[in-house]
Amino acid sequence: MEVCNCIEPQWPADELLMKYQYISDFFIAIAYFSIPLELIYFVKKSAVFPYRWVLVQFGAFIVLCGATHLINLWTFTTHSRTVALVMTTAKVLTAVVSCATALMLVHIIPDLLSVKTRELFLKNKAAELDREMGLIRTQEETGRHVRMLTHEIRSTLDRHTILKTTLVELGRTLALEECALWMPTRTGLELQLSYTLRHQHPVEYTVPIQLPVINQVFGTSRAVKISPNSPVARLRPVSGKYMLGEVVAVRVPLLHLSNFQINDWPELSTKRYALMVLMLPSDSARQWHVHELELVEVVADQVAVALSHAAILEESMRARDLLMEQNVALDLARREAETAIRARNDFLAVMNHEMCTPMHAIIALSSLLQETELTPEQRLMVETILKSSNLLATLMNDVLDLSRLEDGSLQLELGTFNLHTLFREVLNLIKPIAVVKKLPITLNLAPDLPEFVVGDEKRLMQIILNIVGNAVKFSKQGSISVTALVTKSDTRAADFFVVPTGSHFYLRVKVKDSGAGINPQDIPKLFTKFAQTQSLATRSSGGSGLGLAISKRFVNLMEGNIWIESDGLGKGCTAIFDVKLGISERPNESKQSGIPKVPAIPRHSNFTGLKVLVMDENGVSRMVTEGLLVHLGCEVTTVSSNEECLGVVSHEHKVVFMDVCLPGVENYQIALRIHEKFTKQRHQRPLLVALTGNTDKSTKEKCMSFGLDGVLLKPVSLDNMRDVLSDLLECRVLYEGM
Amino acid sequence: MDTLIAQLQRQFRDYTISLYHQGFLDDQFTELKKLQDECSPDFVAEVVTLFFEDCEKLISNMARALDQTGNVDFKLVGSSVHQLKGSSSSVGAKRVKGLCVTLKECCDSQNYEGCVRCLQQVDIEYKTLKAKLQDLFNLEQQIVQAGGRIPQVDI
Repeated sequence: MEVCNCIEPQWPADELLMKYQYISDFFIAIAYFSIPLELIYFVKKSAVFPYRWVLVQFGAFIVLCGATHLINLWTFTTHSRTVALVMTTAKVLTAVVSCATALMLVHIIPDLLSVKTRELFLKNKAAELDREMGLIRTQEETGRHVRMLTHEIRSTLDRHTILKTTLVELGRTLALEECALWMPTRTGLELQLSYTLRHQHPVEYTVPIQLPVINQVFGTSRAVKISPNSPVARLRPVSGKYMLGEVVAVRVPLLHLSNFQINDWPELSTKRYALMVLMLPSDSARQWHVHELELVEVVADQVAVALSHAAILEESMRARDLLMEQNVALDLARREAETAIRARNDFLAVMNHEMCTPMHAIIALSSLLQETELTPEQRLMVETILKSSNLLATLMNDVLDLSRLEDGSLQLELGTFNLHTLFREVLNLIKPIAVVKKLPITLNLAPDLPEFVVGDEKRLMQIILNIVGNAVKFSKQGSISVTALVTKSDTRAADFFVVPTGSHFYLRVKVKDSGAGINPQDIPKLFTKFAQTQSLATRSSGGSGLGLAISKRFVNLMEGNIWIESDGLGKGCTAIFDVKLGISERPNESKQSGIPKVPAIPRHSNFTGLKVLVMDENGVSRMVTEGLLVHLGCEVTTVSSNEECLGVVSHEHKVVFMDVCLPGVENYQIALRIHEKFTKQRHQRPLLVALTGNTDKSTKEKCMSFGLDGVLLKPVSLDNMRDVLSDLLECRVLYEGM
Repeated sequence: MDTLIAQLQRQFRDYTISLYHQGFLDDQFTELKKLQDECSPDFVAEVVTLFFEDCEKLISNMARALDQTGNVDFKLVGSSVHQLKGSSSSVGAKRVKGLCVTLKECCDSQNYEGCVRCLQQVDIEYKTLKAKLQDLFNLEQQIVQAGGRIPQVDI
């Protein structure tokens, strides 16, 4: 038997123990071998595992431990030296590896632990971020709500809709239990509950405006938390809720139209506010967040703006309606005024016409009466009658003129006349009165004043007479000077006058008197109709006040200007007017002159041998005309029809008298045919004169258009015929002789 | 003899004046008288005779036209009265002329009754005038035969 170093156990008693040790070692070995396998398997599976080489080390450690235990199996029985050697080697290796591993683990385990800590930290962070995300989302949603709310509020201009929408949207956004709006009453001393979100409120539920809580809210533009027990927040009976939700109140400025001045922006110190009260749900333990308060403030501002827009719109609509009404009224008034003016003008015209007729009768008969034999008393009476009726006639003419001037139907009657003579005549007319009043009148005519001019002579005389007459009327002493000169267009104070080329010039007439003068304030009124200055001096001298107004209108018609200058009361005044006149070169062109024409001496009183042709269908009048002409010495041929006339007429006949009494144009045709007959020898054509029963404008025009040289009214008297023949032969044209 | 002439002249003057004042004649007749001179001594008589002939003719024309009851040719009547008016105004027959104007108006308005009435008046009138002028001429003749001069009557 070999002696081994092991303690020899007692085999039979320890055989069971040995068996168990054997089995345990076996299993340990298996476990030891399988652990690294598992490790490798799972590490391979996972992607992240630092410290791989630690694993290797650990694996080696385990493998060797397993090997050791496995080799142990052979040491239970006697074993050779090799086994002991292997066993020893294995044990040594195991010892080495395990010590290395143990040393390594010292470094590794804290690292591993810190990984764990970091993991925990990250998890916490993630949770926090989640929370914050939630908050941000809430805020963003709130912002969206505000925008939407604003949009809703601003999309309508109806005040009630705005307010209702505000409350509804706010309630929805913030999940409020109650939302209420208090508006100030008319007196401004109380706040009345106007709108609520959910609960019907009693009508006329008011609170006085001077409550401290209300003042507090009105004092700041921010949303203020108020107690749920304050009167504005106690909107419904408290029904035993455990805890009322928090209440916030904010002011809503009510901007008035009066805040908007034309040039200023509205001042924000408005006096009137409404109160918006918001209540969170009871028993919810919700708190007002800052962002919610901001939302409420923003909304309040938007509401204020929207309300002011609505107010402005209402105001402008009202103003527009008012304007339309006023327009209609004005239109009506205008039409009524026009009708009235037309009626007045018609009335004036008719009345004037009616009044003129008897007036003319009076004047005519009075003049006739003057011509008869009268006692001096009777003569005086007749003169007075004449003067008064002349005055009255002038007045009526003035009024008629004025009414015609006003509707612009007056037209100037232009003609050529002698300007110098006109002035002298005016002076002659005024001189008697001036002499009586001992007022010398001087007339200065500028040397370059044209003598013959084209214009409305009658009206120009009227103007000058009126102005000079006024000068005489209103002067008690001193002198009157009338100056006439040529001036450039309408410069008032040019000193150097140049006659403008062309056929027109401006006549300036200055009438200076040294009379009572005029207060400069009264000067504009002078030219208005019927206005009289109040001074006693003028009162006594009568006058209708129309003269200057009419003169002004005439001057305007003549494209001129009239004005009065005065240095004040008692210093006299100067009346000046400019009118536009045409220059005429031929002094002989006065066909319609107001100055009576000296009757022309007939140049031909002897018509012996003058060959004339008379065409008349009526035997009697033919005979009469023939007799007339024969008596004047003419050689008369008579025909009774157009054809005969054409056949007989020749260059020997100097005049052809044709009767055109019958209506129609057949008789006039003869004139054309005579013209045709003599187209070749124009100068030999006889003069054609029509004898007709009426000489109105249309007949005259018809005759002229058919080429007749003259028109005579039947029946013709002897003298008339004599004049007519001489005129005809002199001028070869005759449209007078009526 | 002188007194006879003077008497006749006075008669003539008065008669003429009365004719004017009664409106039978107007200024045109005076003008006619002016045209009477040595060259045409019977000028007035000739004209007046022609006038009365004309009157007769025109009046009978108009009467005939108006007799056609049912389709009166007012145009014809109108033109006839126009002629008559012209003649009477040339001669100075004032009343006749006035009646012609009225007749023309009736004709223009196609007033049959009026036309008939007016025409009757015209007829009467011209016959009256004819008689009066005849008397005047007779007076003139008497004066001339008595050796006097026909006086110039200024109206």
